[in-house]
Amino acid sequence: MSFFLRRIVHGAFLLVGVSILSFAMIELAPGDFFAEMRLNPQLSAETLAGLRQQYGLDQPLPVRYLHWAKSVARGEFGFSFAYNTPVAPLLWSRARNTLLLTAPAVLFAWLIAVPIGVGSAARQGKWDDRIASGGITALLAIPELLLALGFLLISLRTGYLPTGGMISVGFSELSWWGKFKDVTAHLAIPVTVLTLGSLPILVRHVRATMLEVLQSPFINAARAHGISPRRLLFRHALPAALNPLISLFGFSIAGLLSASLLVEVVVSWPGLGPLLFEAILGRDLYVVIGAILFSTMFLVVGTLVSDLLLFAADPRIRAQ
Amino acid sequence: MIKTRTISLPLLLLGFIHLMVLSAGFLAPYDYASQNRAMPFAPPTTIHFIDSHGEWHFRPFVYGLLDQPGNFGFYNEDRKHVYPVRFFVNGDEYKVIGNVNLHLHLFGVTEPARIFLIGADGYGRDQFSRLLFGGQISLFAGLLAASLSLVVGLGFGAVAGFYGKWTDETIMRLAELFLALPWLYLLFAVRAFLPLHISPTAAFMLLVLVIGLVGWARPARLVRGIVLSAKERNYVLAGRNFGASDLYLLRCHILPQTVGVVLTQAALLIPQYIMAEVTLSFLGLGVGEPAPSWGNMLASLQQYHVLISYWWMFIPGVALIPVFLSYFLLANALQKRLRLG
Repeated sequence: MSFFLRRIVHGAFLLVGVSILSFAMIELAPGDFFAEMRLNPQLSAETLAGLRQQYGLDQPLPVRYLHWAKSVARGEFGFSFAYNTPVAPLLWSRARNTLLLTAPAVLFAWLIAVPIGVGSAARQGKWDDRIASGGITALLAIPELLLALGFLLISLRTGYLPTGGMISVGFSELSWWGKFKDVTAHLAIPVTVLTLGSLPILVRHVRATMLEVLQSPFINAARAHGISPRRLLFRHALPAALNPLISLFGFSIAGLLSASLLVEVVVSWPGLGPLLFEAILGRDLYVVIGAILFSTMFLVVGTLVSDLLLFAADPRIRAQ
Repeated sequence: MIKTRTISLPLLLLGFIHLMVLSAGFLAPYDYASQNRAMPFAPPTTIHFIDSHGEWHFRPFVYGLLDQPGNFGFYNEDRKHVYPVRFFVNGDEYKVIGNVNLHLHLFGVTEPARIFLIGADGYGRDQFSRLLFGGQISLFAGLLAASLSLVVGLGFGAVAGFYGKWTDETIMRLAELFLALPWLYLLFAVRAFLPLHISPTAAFMLLVLVIGLVGWARPARLVRGIVLSAKERNYVLAGRNFGASDLYLLRCHILPQTVGVVLTQAALLIPQYIMAEVTLSFLGLGVGEPAPSWGNMLASLQQYHVLISYWWMFIPGVALIPVFLSYFLLANALQKRLRLG
């Protein structure tokens, strides 16, 4: 139990560190949300100064950070200048959408990567391993941006899948089954792109760790006992190779979040990505910090889940 | 089948691409900013040898373009006039190394016709010329930012590994913070707090700085690991007992051990950083018009009518594939060599 406690505390420290880092970076930057308004002739300098004071931007950095920390404690995550509401409600719905996009992508990527990786490790150097490795390298070289644009093009040409957004017009009048189908259709392109994008790295890691395990003596012994190749691979070798793969699971979420940022903007999926992008253009500081913090939170939770899995899979960690 | 240990093949390909991009001024028929407002989205120009009378020409030639009536952005060839392709012609001015002005281009066609090898963009600017000039920005942003990351990472990693104790503790905690953030988010965040509207040169420098400084943590961690094991080796201990200074030990005995890892990291980081520049420019947070980068050239694809009608607008994205492939093959080969030692 103390293992988890330690991990959770570590994650919390990480989040605090990230928030301090974000605030420090803002301090280095010239201009704020109201700096753009200075060009507006309808607003006097006094009005702007008043606005700054009202939103607390005239305070020194530590004071602002404390104020912000208090608002986090209240569950508000600061105040959005552009939307004129607390940041948290904005973030929650967007974060839910990002989760809706990344969770299936993670699932599919692993479901596809493990069999391919295990299979090509088992047949190392044979024709099918070569084809798989070649395909994976090619996929690695294709940028996700290009994949996303390509799939958009195909869907525009064929008209079979909806392009862009998350729901169709008249979504609220659909039955729950219709709603489910509608969102799934909108998910198809971004999930495919994200799955294909994160696949190559996963397959390469699965293959490498499996190769290492397959060379160890206990596999030879098991083989000598006449255990069937399939059982050997999935019951003997794969569990032994599981440890590094579970750690990779945590990291793969980080890569996926970065990729989904771009893909979301391209297909206009209403996730954290477009929100962050608009907030950057509008210099909406607390939304930017909130989005970064939420993405880190995803990451921390992902690592925590992978720790949990590690705990379940490896008796050595339980014994510690 | 390509042997996975071959280093020369990807290096050759990369050398070739970089050479092409560097000699953009000479290879490109036009300046990257020269517009032809009468021909937006002109398709790739067909190069002919046989004219409309069935006569064979030894010198290839092109036709002028006529608007398709009632169909904006689509063209027919004007078969009345023949415009021969000429080599080593004088054209738009460009600069080589500092301030030498040149006019010589590898090829061009007689005015008023235009030669667009891979089509034109929405302002009628030659995509081929922009691709070459854009490569200067995109490819070298990746290269420079990766060098910056590696230098900073090497410095911090070496200091952390060599001096240990609280220095190590502080630097590695900081590195952990940087690694904990999804890195594109981090990049966006840093970019968010810097001015948006700046000149292309300033934007380029800014991108190199931001991308390079955001990515220092991973190389630092790897270098630290190696330094940590290298400093306990007998020859280092012996050197220390002979009175060698810290700097001497680092320079002559410890850092040479990291060369392999640093090179492999470079081959992995450069494509990632090129993609970072492309992504930022694609979203309008990077290098701005009229200067081309492979990212802002792709930006027009965000409009669906461009996406669906003009396939040659994809070419800057496709151009990334051979670059990335070469770097990955290079990284693979380096990794294999490293392991076999």
